[in-house]
Amino acid sequence: MFPELNSILNSTPDSFKSSDFILVSDRRADASFLIHHHLSFYLRAGCKVCFLGLVQSFSHYSAVSQRLGVSLAQAREKGQLVFFEGLKNSIGVILQEDTSQETQPLSYLRTPGAGLEGLFRFVERSVRQSGDGYAGESWGPPVLLIDDLSVLLSLGVSVGAILDFTLYCQAAVCSELQGNVVILVRCEEEDADDDEEGSNLLQRGLVHQCNLALHVEGLPTGYCRDIHGQMEVWWRQGEETIYNQRKIFHFKVHDKGASFFARGTSSAVL
Amino acid sequence: MAAPVRGMAGSISIGNTTSFQKKTRSKLVSIPGTRPSVQNGQLLVSSGYNSLEEDRYDSYSRMLLKYFLAEGVVCGHELFLASARDHPDQIMQELPSPIVDDVAGMKISEGQSQPSDPENPDTMKIAWRYQNQPKVQIALASSVRFGHYYDVSKTMEPELRQAAKCHSFYQLQETPCQATLQSKVRNVLRLGLHSLGSVLWGDDVCCKDNPAHCHALTTFLYILRGLLRTSLSVAMVTVPSHLIQNRAVMGRIIRLSDTAIALESFKGSEKETNPLYKDYHGLLHVRQLPRLNCLSCEVPDTKDLAFKLKRKQFTIERSRSAQWSASFC
Repeated sequence: MFPELNSILNSTPDSFKSSDFILVSDRRADASFLIHHHLSFYLRAGCKVCFLGLVQSFSHYSAVSQRLGVSLAQAREKGQLVFFEGLKNSIGVILQEDTSQETQPLSYLRTPGAGLEGLFRFVERSVRQSGDGYAGESWGPPVLLIDDLSVLLSLGVSVGAILDFTLYCQAAVCSELQGNVVILVRCEEEDADDDEEGSNLLQRGLVHQCNLALHVEGLPTGYCRDIHGQMEVWWRQGEETIYNQRKIFHFKVHDKGASFFARGTSSAVL
Repeated sequence: MAAPVRGMAGSISIGNTTSFQKKTRSKLVSIPGTRPSVQNGQLLVSSGYNSLEEDRYDSYSRMLLKYFLAEGVVCGHELFLASARDHPDQIMQELPSPIVDDVAGMKISEGQSQPSDPENPDTMKIAWRYQNQPKVQIALASSVRFGHYYDVSKTMEPELRQAAKCHSFYQLQETPCQATLQSKVRNVLRLGLHSLGSVLWGDDVCCKDNPAHCHALTTFLYILRGLLRTSLSVAMVTVPSHLIQNRAVMGRIIRLSDTAIALESFKGSEKETNPLYKDYHGLLHVRQLPRLNCLSCEVPDTKDLAFKLKRKQFTIERSRSAQWSASFC
């Protein structure tokens, strides 16, 4: 996890908001580093984590988490982490026509029009599992992490079905179990042609659902080697804030973390 | 095919090898033509293009595909080539001839600005191996030959080409070539998929603004990504991006890849007569760089790259506009 981001968001593994629905999005940039942050954050916090890894292999997240000081393999073994490997499991569904129980979460691959109920049932089972883990440990509130939700659009699932799925997840994880949800959505350019049924529409729908949104873009002035982009943080009004808040930071991603700074204060500039 | 005003453009998506990691220090897999990245332990293959005789009717992306396949032949990797327009055998016959040189030291570049350069994944070689000098330079590992040079004015010797195990798929054939892709000896499989998304594959992605089955191509790429992640293989896919009008689909194709490069040829565009670009044949845009098994990747100084095709060689350089803007800073 990134300490500077923790102070921006005013949260630590020991003290963070519950029932939080966090939307991470990007446009012409890569916000997946924020997913790595949240994964290591919630594992350190002792939460029960359900991770839907739809676009990368388990070993990719494991390698990165190792650098952030968390072992995914151990967390999985202890029962703290339920990791769904979308890529690997998809091959079984498509090539071998596997129709067993284990492939129900991927039913959208064969019938994208049918929606994501199978996937939701998987999520529900994973987060409701009793907290009997390693040596009788019980875990904190459940957390659902998704990387990345917009790939489902590439697989033919409609925006409506995806938004239904996220509403169900929010109801189950946030409202009922006081857990958190963090979802990554990758967006097209604003004026992309077909976005009646695309990622921009999906992102707009999720912005209404969430109470915290982190949006990553490249710098408006163009590519720069020392500043990788800007991140806009948007807080919905709640108990602590009487109005929505919005702040923009610049960031740079390193091998073992990321630094965030106020605009114009990068060491490359000063 | 008639080129639109922008000029012929091709995009290349490269799926990287799976995240093969060493289990123990002693079990270092040794496959010719590969080396592990010190940065993240990932197994790398050379792209064949090391820093591209021009076939006038061909596109530059097809040339890079031929480099990729030629490198596979030279390294002894298995190949799989699928094409809908030209027969795979024809593409194979056009592979460039490797420049065989006994003195490996001549090829080693000097003056690397960053000590970690030799560990850069090969696909990044295309993007920015220029460092601070105008020409692309490649560093070779001292013991293992990683990356070779080719003479595009000559084609590869048939004996060399036929020594490689190559499976092919030709869309217009009634029965696709059946081939088992399993081998007792652990080896890398290089997949070349030519002009994916074009009409010849039976897809309507290029025909319409809102294709009915636009997710067929992206689903295919998703499954391909899964296959690459679970095997020792690497794929280079060329996509006729100038034919795909729907930018959202192009965006999805890019995100489903690890590395994405767009080649913008000046032919037929107003840039052809622009004095700024008079020394080049086109621009090379790095759309996406891989971030596999690591949080950040090597980031280039600039993304303004241009290419030119000489008689024997395909070169990529920092474009003049990048040099000019750098000099004003």
